[in-house]
Amino acid sequence: MSNQSSQAEIVRNSLKRRYRKERRFRLYGMLAIFLALGSLFVLFADIINKGHSGFVKTTVTLEVNLDSETMYLDDPTDEEQRSMADFVAPVVAAMQDYFPDVESESEIKQLGRLLGNYAASEIRDLLKNNPDLLDTTQTIEFLAHDRVSTYVKHADNPRYSIKLSEQQQGWVDELVEKGVIDTGFNDVLFSRGDSREPANAGILGAIVGSLLTMLVTLAIAFPVGIAAAVYLEEFAPKNKFTDFIEVNINNLAAVPSIIFGLLGLAVFIGLFGMPRSVPVVGGMVLALMTLPTIIISSRAAIKSVPPSIREAAEGVGASKMQVVMHHVVPLAMPGMLTGSIIGMAQALGETAPLLLIGMVAFIVDVPEGFVDSATVLPVQIYLWASASEQGFVELASAGIMVLLTFMISMNALAIWLRKRLERRW
Amino acid sequence: MQTANLLPLVLVLALVAYGLAYMRSRAVAAPLGGIRNLKALPFYYAARAALWCAIPALIVLALWAGFEDQVIQGIVIATLPPETWPQSPGQASLILSQISNVAEGKLNPEFVPEHIVGAASVLEAMDSQSGNFKAALVLLVAVSGAAFAWTRVSPHINARINVETTLRRIFFVCAALAVLTTAGIVFSVIFETVRFFNRVPISEFLFSTSWSPQTALRADQVGSEGAFGVIPLFTGTLLISAIALLVAVPIGLLSAIYLSEYASKRVRSTAKPVLEMLAGIPTVVYGFFAALTVAPFIRDVAEAVGLEASSQSALAAGLVMGIMIVPFVSSLSDDVINAVPQTMRDGSLALGATQSETMKKVIFPAALPGIIGGILLAASRAIGETMIVVMAAGLAANLTANPLESVTTVTVQIATLLVGDQEFDSAKTLSAFALGMLLFIVTLLLNVVALKIVRKYREQYE
Repeated sequence: MSNQSSQAEIVRNSLKRRYRKERRFRLYGMLAIFLALGSLFVLFADIINKGHSGFVKTTVTLEVNLDSETMYLDDPTDEEQRSMADFVAPVVAAMQDYFPDVESESEIKQLGRLLGNYAASEIRDLLKNNPDLLDTTQTIEFLAHDRVSTYVKHADNPRYSIKLSEQQQGWVDELVEKGVIDTGFNDVLFSRGDSREPANAGILGAIVGSLLTMLVTLAIAFPVGIAAAVYLEEFAPKNKFTDFIEVNINNLAAVPSIIFGLLGLAVFIGLFGMPRSVPVVGGMVLALMTLPTIIISSRAAIKSVPPSIREAAEGVGASKMQVVMHHVVPLAMPGMLTGSIIGMAQALGETAPLLLIGMVAFIVDVPEGFVDSATVLPVQIYLWASASEQGFVELASAGIMVLLTFMISMNALAIWLRKRLERRW
Repeated sequence: MQTANLLPLVLVLALVAYGLAYMRSRAVAAPLGGIRNLKALPFYYAARAALWCAIPALIVLALWAGFEDQVIQGIVIATLPPETWPQSPGQASLILSQISNVAEGKLNPEFVPEHIVGAASVLEAMDSQSGNFKAALVLLVAVSGAAFAWTRVSPHINARINVETTLRRIFFVCAALAVLTTAGIVFSVIFETVRFFNRVPISEFLFSTSWSPQTALRADQVGSEGAFGVIPLFTGTLLISAIALLVAVPIGLLSAIYLSEYASKRVRSTAKPVLEMLAGIPTVVYGFFAALTVAPFIRDVAEAVGLEASSQSALAAGLVMGIMIVPFVSSLSDDVINAVPQTMRDGSLALGATQSETMKKVIFPAALPGIIGGILLAASRAIGETMIVVMAAGLAANLTANPLESVTTVTVQIATLLVGDQEFDSAKTLSAFALGMLLFIVTLLLNVVALKIVRKYREQYE
């Protein structure tokens, strides 16, 4: 009796300690989740913090007198004259209007450097398209130079180094006050391809490249994936070869993506002689990479169709193929679509295999077809993130925000489809 | 004509064949008293005609597109005078690019030998003819296929069986594509790897401790000998993966335990998808985060406590990679923890154990094999991860265990060796394929072992 009470005593005495341990264990669990979710939050916050300024452009609006004499240009339609003309002079003259006391040659040069490198060619294109504007005064909005843009956007951010002279900073401050230098929504980002100059670079080329690549991937991976899943679930005989196929699919799902790049390089480019850096090859490589994901999720969808449906169809005399094509596949379609969309979202964010097949080239033009040299969004982000000019960092973050928006909407679409169409049996 | 135009043309032809055969089968059936006297529905006769039209034509098109360049190049080379035939593949590609530049007008014909100009005109002629030949051949095959199917629209032939057999074969080919992909991977790395080992002995590759793949262009240059020892790359990969697992395993495991044992349904249903989001973020985003935020932060912190840290430290890449694989560890552990039978949980609780004691002493040991399988899968993921290390880890191969120093990995080297233009027969390029082979074998072994453990463990409780 005394023995028992002492045991109860021991248990009671240890309870406090055990409950403390219990609480501590629970705390660890909460801490782990907090850490994981916290790092997700930090990641998003960091990217938004770095990238929001990428959606802002800095412009200089000037009243430019398109005087034929200052430009040495009589006929803007004549190409030879255009190539000889001086389009910088009217812009610099317009800038000088604001600072009449700037007279020395070097200072005027400094003043001109506040504008982007493409200001002169903007005037040239304007005159080429509208020759009537010669000898008139026009209000034109130019992109500011990157250094000006950095100064205007990030003057008080220690992360950015300001590369303007004291004098130039004074000019910019004055022009900002007068409303000549202004900031606005960066439409350049969504209307141009890559450029060596951050202010002039856009992601339209990369978006179109991604779109073309994804179309090829979808056109291959979706039908092939579904056909493979149907075969394995419905027709495959139980034999060694079928097992072998299944082992292959499971292993391919875990092969590092860069290996698929090696495959594309050696087989598609090396063996078949396909061109480098084109969406067709990129799409084919990504299709091979996404196939296992699509096959696995499609098989799960087919499995979830109850046998009663099959039996009913067979009972009224349908052939095996009719059972599958008329009943099983349509009923499994929502699940297949969901899996495919998730696989496509993965492919959209994939970078490594595309590096190997040459989709990292510097491409200014927006691609126009499946065999045009192109790059894709994640590769563009990679290129900008490793560029040395600081203006590209905010562009890379802005690109990430665009990419994540695409991916989140694809996943949301998948979830919505599943909720909307999936039937519970 | 371009492949891009031929493809829709063939599909249109197939549609026409479908429509014609459909009408023909109805016409055949009409005098017999309706379609019920046919062996198959009109749809099947029509589908068979479409298949007969499209499949052979598409096969011809694919073959032609795949081998057109090689055949044309071979013929062009053969037209050269025998004494100028290229001796090596490198020379051949040089001559070919010269020829094609002349043909495209990029190179002035006066600057090249006469036989090249001749070959260029041959190439030009063949390029323009090849397109016409291809179009003619493909269309001929398509039309004759459709015509053959047309003649076979008869009430005695069961077209349904034909169509279904063909479809089933197509499905089989699609499934077998997985095998073909694996074979493609194996062959694409094996050939180049063998060529690599002809130049660099396999013992040097596996056991040498220095890696500098730069080989000089001229033999008399300084440092003309490249060094191809994989050990520093492998230790670098392991260092970064180990850091990643040190982050991911505790966080992933503890959050899986918390979510499956403690969390209310509401918390679970919101926290889990958010956690899975970590797995859906593209790796280039993690790479950006690691290179531009975490690495400078670590360097600053290390400086503040008086340590020297590289701006491309292994720690930064490892930490961020760890965050990335948290969801793999947590969802796999979640599965195995939930697979442990409820009776074991109840038994332990009934004996008076607290929830954490049940977890640590009953459920965790029972789930351990499955959890280890999950960790192995996560490890294989970490080893094969490319973008984070390309952006955040270094290029120099250091043999070190200091996480604050910069190391390089197998995947980084593959990517840097193969990005941009490269000659196909230098040891430098070939070494990337040998590394790819190594990576493929290691990840394959890890996956096979992990999947076996997980499967065996699952059977145990089923």
